[in-house]
Amino acid sequence: MFTIAEQKGERTMEKDVLIKVSNLDLHYGDNHVLKDIHLEIVRNNVTALIGPSGCGKSSFLRCINRMNDFIRGAKVTGEIIIEDMNIYSRSTDVISLRRDVGMVFQKPNPFPMSIYDNVAYGPRLHGMKNRTKLDEIVENSIKGAALWDEVKDKLNSSGLGLSGGQQQRLCIARAIATNPDVVLMDEPTSALDPLATAKIEELIRQLKEDYTVVIVTHNMQQAARISDYTAFFLLGDLVEYGQTSKIFTSPKDKRTEDYITGRFG
Amino acid sequence: MNDINPRAHLERSIEDIKRKLIKLGKMSGESLSKSVHALKSQDGELAGSVIKMDDSIDSLRYEIENDCLHFIARFQPLGEDLRAVSSCMYMASDLERLGDYGNSISKTAIELSDEEYIKPLIDIPRMFDIVEAMLEKSLEAFEKDSKDLAIEVFALDDQVDDLETQILRELVFLMIEKTSRIEQGSKLFLVARNLERAGDHVTNIAERVLYILTGEYVSASKYRRPEKKGRSEGF
Repeated sequence: MFTIAEQKGERTMEKDVLIKVSNLDLHYGDNHVLKDIHLEIVRNNVTALIGPSGCGKSSFLRCINRMNDFIRGAKVTGEIIIEDMNIYSRSTDVISLRRDVGMVFQKPNPFPMSIYDNVAYGPRLHGMKNRTKLDEIVENSIKGAALWDEVKDKLNSSGLGLSGGQQQRLCIARAIATNPDVVLMDEPTSALDPLATAKIEELIRQLKEDYTVVIVTHNMQQAARISDYTAFFLLGDLVEYGQTSKIFTSPKDKRTEDYITGRFG
Repeated sequence: MNDINPRAHLERSIEDIKRKLIKLGKMSGESLSKSVHALKSQDGELAGSVIKMDDSIDSLRYEIENDCLHFIARFQPLGEDLRAVSSCMYMASDLERLGDYGNSISKTAIELSDEEYIKPLIDIPRMFDIVEAMLEKSLEAFEKDSKDLAIEVFALDDQVDDLETQILRELVFLMIEKTSRIEQGSKLFLVARNLERAGDHVTNIAERVLYILTGEYVSASKYRRPEKKGRSEGF
């Protein structure tokens, strides 16, 4: 069990844990993808999930808003508790879970509609009809995604007309429009150029003021730059979890050391 | 086709830095060795050659520092690679200081080359022998990634400190007996102090080797005898 206090190797400190994962197992058919994962994710921090392809990090991310429900043969056991609620209990409303746990994907995927409608989509889905209120949410969300100055004069233009980096920030605006607690990001900059990447990274640092961010990245320097905590997955196991500053300078586990120094993966 | 080693370029670059660091260690060790030899044999010419070496020691130190910066910019290292490259920058600075002490001792050797010594120089060369052994061990520990060799360095520093205390005590008695000995006595004491400081810098190198290998900051004091009260006063 990786508790924050243990990982810090310091005196026990109570951290504000938002997501508590216990005994989590995920199978895709006969394939055991995640094995007995225990992890505590701290509120208003950025947690990076790293590991070689096929290690289970994206599958883990998708467990946090039950995206794996869409995969035939996927079976999840164990608990993920967000704000005292086990998201895998029968009583969980999955639609409202995905409002509280937003997601941004590898490739920018704006809907084929206007910039405004992209961002208003979530709030409308959840019943928001008041135009003034919607305008306010759209503006705040686009500002929150550091895109406002670039699109404020063309909110009715198609979201598909934006550059890749702008599209990704639009997707972030769309994800935060429902005022979630958590924003999940699955390699959000892997399709972007260095400047667009730097803007998203800076945005992620700002987002943690209001949200808890969990990000999957193949770029370890990116994980080192933007995250507060890092979890290293290998072949479905959570090998090491702790403060990013420690993981990338002096990891405890030889496998983590070998991975971050490029000896495998 | 052979398998591609994704670390090949990185490993070659870091090996190159390591090689230069070991060369710097050998040059600094040579500077100290020649300076102590020049002092003992009152060889002003040898001492002069040590002073001339100092520029090449300094420039190699900056070359290593530059290589480390390039390495960081090029590879953005993490984990053991990051610990190694950051430590190499500190170690280059420590090693260059040894060269500075060699330089300083050489200047004293030149100043005293025509004077009759107030005592035979026995303990100062002994101090140097221990510092030299420490330096060799720490460079070998670095070269061979050996924690054990690095740890062996720490206890030797106690012997260096003991000799410094002994030298100070002896010089003080000599200076009390005859005030005309004060000028030379204080210069010889500075030589002993330089060697004691050299021992401290070599200890830093061994600590850095342990940090590279373990990721932990290990204090040399853990492997040394407990500090005696009032020892720093020298009596």
